[in-house]
Amino acid sequence: MDSVVQLQKQLVDYIASLFHEGFLDEQFNQLQQLQDESNPDFVVEVVSLFFEDSERLLNELAKALEQKTIDFRKVDAHVHQFKGSSSSIGAHRVQKVCIAFRNYCEEQNVEGCLKCLQQVKHEYSLVRNKLETLFQLEKQIIAAGGSLPAT
Amino acid sequence: MGISTESQFHVLAVDDSLIDRKLIERLLKTSSYQVTTVDSGTKALEFLGVHEDDQSNPDIPSVSPNTHQEVEVNLIITDYCMPGMTGYDLLRKIKESSSLRNIPVVIMSSENVPSRISRCLEEGAEEFFLKPVRLSDVNRLRPHIMKTKPKDQQEDKQENKEEELGKPEFQSREEKEEQQQQQQHHHLQHQHSNSNKRKALEEGLSPDRTRPRYNNGLTTVV
Repeated sequence: MDSVVQLQKQLVDYIASLFHEGFLDEQFNQLQQLQDESNPDFVVEVVSLFFEDSERLLNELAKALEQKTIDFRKVDAHVHQFKGSSSSIGAHRVQKVCIAFRNYCEEQNVEGCLKCLQQVKHEYSLVRNKLETLFQLEKQIIAAGGSLPAT
Repeated sequence: MGISTESQFHVLAVDDSLIDRKLIERLLKTSSYQVTTVDSGTKALEFLGVHEDDQSNPDIPSVSPNTHQEVEVNLIITDYCMPGMTGYDLLRKIKESSSLRNIPVVIMSSENVPSRISRCLEEGAEEFFLKPVRLSDVNRLRPHIMKTKPKDQQEDKQENKEEELGKPEFQSREEKEEQQQQQQHHHLQHQHSNSNKRKALEEGLSPDRTRPRYNNGLTTVV
């Protein structure tokens, strides 16, 4: 069972690095603590909802910022949602960009908003990749007959 | 009502965000509460048996315009920022309803706005949680939920007793007690350190005080 132990260590180290690099914050720990035998897929489920929601919001944001006359309140409403959902799953860097994004909305600064849209897209795709890798690792551990390390 | 000592408390959670509904549901179920989630204040009122207009919602079972409450709800926890009816609007409607006003209401918000917090508390909200809500926040619901059951068990009753002693009169229970306790909450904050969110507001401290974990970034306050 050496490979399981190795995988488990890999997972623990990987998660630690995600925290260290600011991709995830304490809220992600909270999510993991809510997962148990009766709800073994809780984190994956919530994060999947986050992915779906984020794709939708990014599309809405792109559309709203393409308009000839930009409705900043609408843009802000979308960013507010994005900030909320990223905060709820612990996607720390995404959340931070959303905060800056909202400031630009308030200032009705188009360039700032466009810049933030690119940034938030980037941070979102980064954290999405990281989380997908994390879930893959977990799957491998389970498939190899191991259990997920306690958080 | 046929309540046994094992009966579960029922919480109605209101939030327009699907992710947050899933989260709060899990948090509440982990704490052994029965949970119903709805995505708007309007749906919450319908569930509680209050009809704003004549539209009937086929998704809400057994809601009769003639009955105040089809299902007993022991606590309502609602998001503040929602399209249409805000959490504050919902809070007001609940407190204005003779059949619902005794149900404790808790507000959640992702934004730390002192004026918003005090407005909600003044309107009768028991607590104001900053999002993301955590297990330690949900643990604070218990005393409020226990208040609504006259036949209380264990230490929560004693806590209520201590609060009652400070009141000049408490001959009538239920409604009067609720009102007084709501008014007392502001005063109680100086004595009880558990609701540090409101304490920070009243003492005019930096909002960071309301999220202790920011201070050291490591531990969770339980």
